[in-house]
Parts: sequence; C-alpha cells; structure tokens
Amino acid sequence: MAIDKLHFESPRGWRLAGRYLLLAGVAFVVLFPVYTTVIASLKPGNRVLRNPLLPDAFTLDVFQDAWTEGHLGRYLVNSFVVAAVVTIAQVATSVLSAYAFAMLDFPGRGVLFVVFLATLLVPLEATLVVNRRTVDSLGWLNSYQGLAVPFLATAFGTFLLRQVFLGLPTDLRDAAAIDGVGHVGFLRHVGVPLVRPTLGALALFSFLSSWNQYLWPNLITTEDDMNTVQSGLRLLRYSALRTPNLLMAGTVIAAIPIFVVLLLFQRQLVRGLTAGAVKG
Amino acid sequence: MRNLPVALAMLAPSLVILVTFVLYPLGKAIWLGHQRCDVEGANCESNGWDQYWDAFRSDQFQNALLVTAKFALITVPLGLVLGIGLAVLADKWLRGIGVFRAVFSSTVATSVAVASLMWLFLLQPDVGALSNVGWLGDLFPVIKNPGLLRDPGTALTSIALSSVWANLGFTFILVTAALQGVPRDLLEAAAIDGAGGPRRFWSVTLPMLGPTLLFVVIVLTTRAFQAYGEVDLLTSGGPRPQDSTTTITYLTYGQESIIRNNAGLQATVAVLLFAVLLVLSLLQLRGIGRRVHYGN
Repeated sequence: MAIDKLHFESPRGWRLAGRYLLLAGVAFVVLFPVYTTVIASLKPGNRVLRNPLLPDAFTLDVFQDAWTEGHLGRYLVNSFVVAAVVTIAQVATSVLSAYAFAMLDFPGRGVLFVVFLATLLVPLEATLVVNRRTVDSLGWLNSYQGLAVPFLATAFGTFLLRQVFLGLPTDLRDAAAIDGVGHVGFLRHVGVPLVRPTLGALALFSFLSSWNQYLWPNLITTEDDMNTVQSGLRLLRYSALRTPNLLMAGTVIAAIPIFVVLLLFQRQLVRGLTAGAVKG
Repeated sequence: MRNLPVALAMLAPSLVILVTFVLYPLGKAIWLGHQRCDVEGANCESNGWDQYWDAFRSDQFQNALLVTAKFALITVPLGLVLGIGLAVLADKWLRGIGVFRAVFSSTVATSVAVASLMWLFLLQPDVGALSNVGWLGDLFPVIKNPGLLRDPGTALTSIALSSVWANLGFTFILVTAALQGVPRDLLEAAAIDGAGGPRRFWSVTLPMLGPTLLFVVIVLTTRAFQAYGEVDLLTSGGPRPQDSTTTITYLTYGQESIIRNNAGLQATVAVLLFAVLLVLSLLQLRGIGRRVHYGN
C-alpha cells in the first residue's frame, strides 16, 4: 500500500528506533552550548576547566557571586522596568493609531499612513548615532527615560493591529455610534476585546525586542547601576574573563527569565513569528 | 472632517515618537554625514558631500562590506538548510516529539548576548571549554593556539556558527508551522502516483514552503547585515590588523572601531548601512504584504 510510505505515517521497529536516535543526537548537538554553560556555572572555580564536558563538581556559590558581585540582580530589575514600560506603551500607542487608520476617515490619512510606513524602512542601526545625541541633550544618559522613550511606539504594531481592525464589520461601529458610544468607549468594550489574541502576540514581541536590546543600552549607559541585563553581560565579559564559572552563571541568570516567558507564551510566539513580527 | 481632531489625538503619541526617534535621526544623520568632527564629536565642519563617496571607497568600509557579505553568505544558507532539516526531522507524529520540538525551538529564547557568551566559553582558548578537551586540541591545534576566535582564517566562521545556532529556533518554528500547512491530500495524491519520500519533498513540500522560505531568507539576511552583539562580544572586530570580523555595524558603533570618535563619519557609515538595508527592507515589506494577502 502506497499510503504506508507517506512520511506522516509513523514508522515502526528499527526505523522507529533509528529515528529516535537521530532526533536525540541532533537534540544533543543543539543543546551542547547550553549544556557546557550550565555545568560550568555549577562548578567551583578551580574545577571549571579540568573536565569542561563533565559535571564532576557542584556548587551554587557562583550564582550568589554573579547575583551580587556581578550586579545581575540590579540589571534584571532595570531590564524588567524598561521592557514593561515599552511593552505597555507600544501596545497602547499601536491600538490608538491602528484604530485611527482603520476606522476613521479624515483628511491626510494617506499621507500619515505613508509616514508610518516609511519608518519601517529605517533600520535601528541607522538612527542610533543621532538618537544618542538627542538623549544626551535631554540629559537622559544613564536613565530609564533614555532606555525606554525612543521605543514607546512602533509602526509594526500599528500595521499588525490595523489589519485586524480592518477585518471588523463596519456595522459594528455604526451600531455602536447609533447607541451613542464614542470611539474610546467602542475601543474599550468592542475593539480591544476583539483583537486580544493579536495584542498578546504584539505584547510578547515588544517585550522580547526591548529585553534583548544590546547596542542601545551600551551606547547610552556609562554608570554601572543603569545597565540592562544585556549590556551588563558585556561588562561581566570583561570583568570575569578569568573566572569563566562566574561568567557562565551570569549568562544562565540572564537567560532564565526569557525561557520562562516563552514557556508561558508559546502560542503567542508562534502567532507573532508567523505574522511577520521580526523587527529587531 | 469632523473625525480629524479625534484621529490626530489618537495618532499623536505614535507620531511624536516615530518622528523624533526614527525619521528625524535619519534626516539628521544624512546631514551629519557630510561633516567631519573632532575627537569629542563636537566642532563639526563641512567636509563636502563627497565624504559619502570617499567613505564608501575607503579600505575600511570596503573591508566591512566584504566581511558583512561573507557573514551573510555563511549564515543565511547554512541557517536555512539546518532549520529546514530540523523541521522535517521533527515533522512526524511520534511519542515525545513535543520535547524534541521544544529543544529545537529553544535557541529562540537566547538573546545575542547570552548566545555569544555561551559560544565565547566554548571557543576562547585560555578560559574556554573546547581547548581544555585534550584530544580535540590535539586533533585541531588551532582551537588551542591561537584559538578559533583569534585566527584570522577561522574567526568570522566561528562567529557565523554562533549566529546560525542562535537563529536556528526562529527558522525551525517558522518552517514547522509552514510544514503543517502543506495539504495532506496533496502528499497522498503524490504518493499514490508513485512519488517516493525525497521526490515528494522536492516536488510538493518545498514549493509549498516557498513564501515562508523567502521570508526566512530575507529576515536572516537582514539580521546578518545588522550583526553587532556577537562581533562585539566574541572578537571586538578582530583579529587585527586584518579586521577579519569588523562588520558594517561594528565599524559604525564598535568600541575599537577607528571612527568611534568621529560623529560625522559614524553618521556617514550609518547612512551607507541604511542604503544597503533599504533594499532588504523593501523585500521584507513585500514579503509581509504577500503573507497578509494570503492570510487565513
């Protein structure tokens, strides 16, 4: 029977065993850098390089050092504050502008839409030279404002949500208007609840891209206390180069929050990725 | 017309941010790009618009362009093939396949700093894991001395590998989602017509993945041209004097870049980077437009 040969039929016997072996082998290779990192972070300093591939010693002290000496605790707080502010603001500004573009008819809409579209073509890396000067002249170096404010809006979110709003039947808005519901009321009671799944994906992406920013915090942070996790790891890379277990413990601490976030929000991740959420 | 005030009020927050931190900086950078400044980045004076042409032709920019192109030529095809391979491998219904899928997706959770430090620990000869594995060092002496990241011949490839690894989860997730969208009856029909596994893959599955793969290629290429963190953390643009891993972004912003303290030239290179990426962004937008069009 030809159908048996179809690749989505599950194999049996030796072929099944072979398939599992292959999967396990590939999984081992993919996880290898994570494995060496984790076992290095769990070893005392004098044992790290003796058998770098074997977990033959164990201590949690290094994590304590990374947390306090490496200031990872402080950096995590900074990253979290900035990412939370950016996420909330991006969702709010995107909802408002997407609604305006999708549901309101006003003169100049076409021109403004092109302005938004144009910002999508400008890569972050082309703007940071000037943004650093702007933030400097505002006195925002080494501050939460400096880290967050340039990213409080995103044309990408506007387009994503506009697409969803365009899918809502216009009757819905008309009926609400006849009932005397204003735009804000309509957004709150009808619009936002209807686009909630897309909002979730957008929020996750805003959070991730803010949390993962590397170049920007490096450019505007000179005081140790204001580093984010990512720019803090850069400092650790130079201060802890002779103590690889400390460096790896810092790396593990920095990685854990995002692993947890993605475990919790897998569905939004796939949804966001397949919608083309790939800026940054 | 009576909607205008409410529309402007709704657009204002986004507009203020986007104009101040995206459009204005680009315009200003284009202006700055013809100036030359002192060490403090102040006292700029015009150097003429020729500065763009001069910078473009300079050895440093040409080298950075070449390094970036090489980086893209390694990371994009390798990342794509490995991502497809993983997705096809995990596209079977087997007990426990969810665990393997989670593992293959997992690198999507690593930031560039996290991924780069993991690879730094693997590759750096004095404090790294691989050089302390006896037989490996004997087999490939370059791992120990000078180290994969310090040898001009292997540094860029090593960074590229770390980058491929970090992007693997992203490609895997997208291709897996696309594979699940390939109609089963199409594959059954091909099987009944006598097409074997490989033939079905080349003639049915791969063409159906087309739009997704195009999208992945564009994203990976854009990311390759924006690569900064992995260079900064793994090699600082070295080894020198060849500047074997100084990408365009590193040339613009890197702490050990020769134009680090010249805001005018930094702007010039940033604008040149924008010009290169503009082509890629346009392709990306087309890709997104097409996906929305096809949307389910």
